[in-house]
Amino acid sequence: MAEPMGFYTDTTVCIGCKACEVACKEWNQLPSTAGGANTMSGDSYDNTRRLDGIHWRHVKFIEQFSETRQDGRWLLMSDVCKHCVQAGCLEVCPTGAIIRTEFDTVVIQSNTCNGCRDCIAACPFGVIDMNPVSGTAQKCTLCYDRLQNGMEPACSKACPTDSIQFGTISELRARAQKRVEQLHDVGEKRAYLYGADEKMLGGLNSFYLLVDKPEVYGLPPDPKMPSRNLLPGSVYTVLGAIMVGLAGLFSFRDRGREGIERGEVRP
Amino acid sequence: MIDAPSSTWFTVSPHWGWYIVFYFFIGGLAGGCYFLAALIDHFGRPQDRPLARLGYYVAFPCVLLSGLLLTIDLSRPLRFWHMLIERNTFEPMFKPWSPMSFGSWALLVFGFFSFISFMAALAEEDHLRWPALYRLRWPAFRVVRSGRITSIIVAVLGGIAGLFIAGYTGVLLAVTNRPIWSDTPLLGMLFIVSAASTSAALLMLLAQRYGWRGLPGVAALERMDGLVLVLELVVLVAVMVSLGPALRGWLNVWGLLLAIVILVGMIAPLVLSWRHRRLPHANLATMATLVLLGGFLLRVVVIFSSEVI
Repeated sequence: MAEPMGFYTDTTVCIGCKACEVACKEWNQLPSTAGGANTMSGDSYDNTRRLDGIHWRHVKFIEQFSETRQDGRWLLMSDVCKHCVQAGCLEVCPTGAIIRTEFDTVVIQSNTCNGCRDCIAACPFGVIDMNPVSGTAQKCTLCYDRLQNGMEPACSKACPTDSIQFGTISELRARAQKRVEQLHDVGEKRAYLYGADEKMLGGLNSFYLLVDKPEVYGLPPDPKMPSRNLLPGSVYTVLGAIMVGLAGLFSFRDRGREGIERGEVRP
Repeated sequence: MIDAPSSTWFTVSPHWGWYIVFYFFIGGLAGGCYFLAALIDHFGRPQDRPLARLGYYVAFPCVLLSGLLLTIDLSRPLRFWHMLIERNTFEPMFKPWSPMSFGSWALLVFGFFSFISFMAALAEEDHLRWPALYRLRWPAFRVVRSGRITSIIVAVLGGIAGLFIAGYTGVLLAVTNRPIWSDTPLLGMLFIVSAASTSAALLMLLAQRYGWRGLPGVAALERMDGLVLVLELVVLVAVMVSLGPALRGWLNVWGLLLAIVILVGMIAPLVLSWRHRRLPHANLATMATLVLLGGFLLRVVVIFSSEVI
């Protein structure tokens, strides 16, 4: 297996140009929204709004302004599949369509997916959704085809500020840590890394440098594996089955006799 | 999002809609009716045999309908077999830790047992002239001693598979990251208890329609439904407590519908059954109808209250 590869996204240098979105759409030949009709969000400069089956990269525009609008800032973040080391989508996929590649990335095989949509519900980050053209669940593949040919993913290649950086996970983590220290040194004490260690789902192979709480960026503060509920859910269901069985036994044994005793039925 | 009560609020909906609601309800009826039929076969009186057959007659068509609903819910229905066979290697596709994978196989297994029992019930009524089928129903015909073990195996395994189908759907919802569904581990318990109450209600309703009101098995079902409805109420309260801050997902129109489910689909039938030691005909039909309606709406609330977040 090749060394784990991924993205490190430094949100402090993102300028919201959406070059990554365009590069991703072009390389992966993703269809346009609403058949190409010009749809505006109406309340933001961001018209993509969210990741889904035809938007595998999305630059989030977080607009933080005071009531008087005299003070404010923009937080910009290019969001993408996190290619979790412990991936909820891969765990639940009943068809085996979702695989882990030799680069430690997570890929949905479109020719195997049957559109059950369990992975959409399982993803803790809300990354996956349906592609209406293929009728299958889709998301970022970390440009698996490009990686197999020794190329860099289209989005990071197109990023003009190096907000999106591609490389081996170990190298990216070291680089990201240095950047956090640099930001702390110049007074930006809020800078920290999200998902850069094993504590979060075994590590996110696409991790972020943020300067506010994860919730502000639309990221879950405490993402978990769907299987956390498998054992307790199963145990409680078996308990439920036992209760139903006991209720049945109790009712049938007693009532059967009562009916006969009252002479309502002939034995 | 900043004030989200749980990390599950950051996920997106899988677009599970009416097909899934109907599957959860009908699958629950299939599993529940089979389980009750097996129970009646073993613990009922000899004159309850028609009631047990009724359970098998309901279970198998409901399983077929369940498979159909699940297939048409897929975005690529022709690939339904990918649930069971790995597309590239053609080896069995089974992931026991994935409730959807386990459930697909369980539906197949339950379909097999419910088919056998359905055919055996037909044979018992001489609709099918195939004596070997007699051996597949517990306690079979008492004269057919040789088939007793086979019939026990069919009833026990089929009953367990039926209960599995009735309950695994709740575990399926819990093993996601969606609001409400994955914020409690108790949905499987709720669904299995609800499947028992709706199945008993359906069998009572059908029994009354066929004029079998006097059967001891119907009286037993009546009593069982009362017990299970109390259980269902307790489990539903436990679900709400276990949701904690995520209960916020029900502080809306879906919560209102849930309140109606509790009042109309659980408390009203309980009051009806408590007022009469044995329900008069009209009240039995009303009670059973309310329980069925409540069971269906419960699934509507559980599915859609999360889907809209």
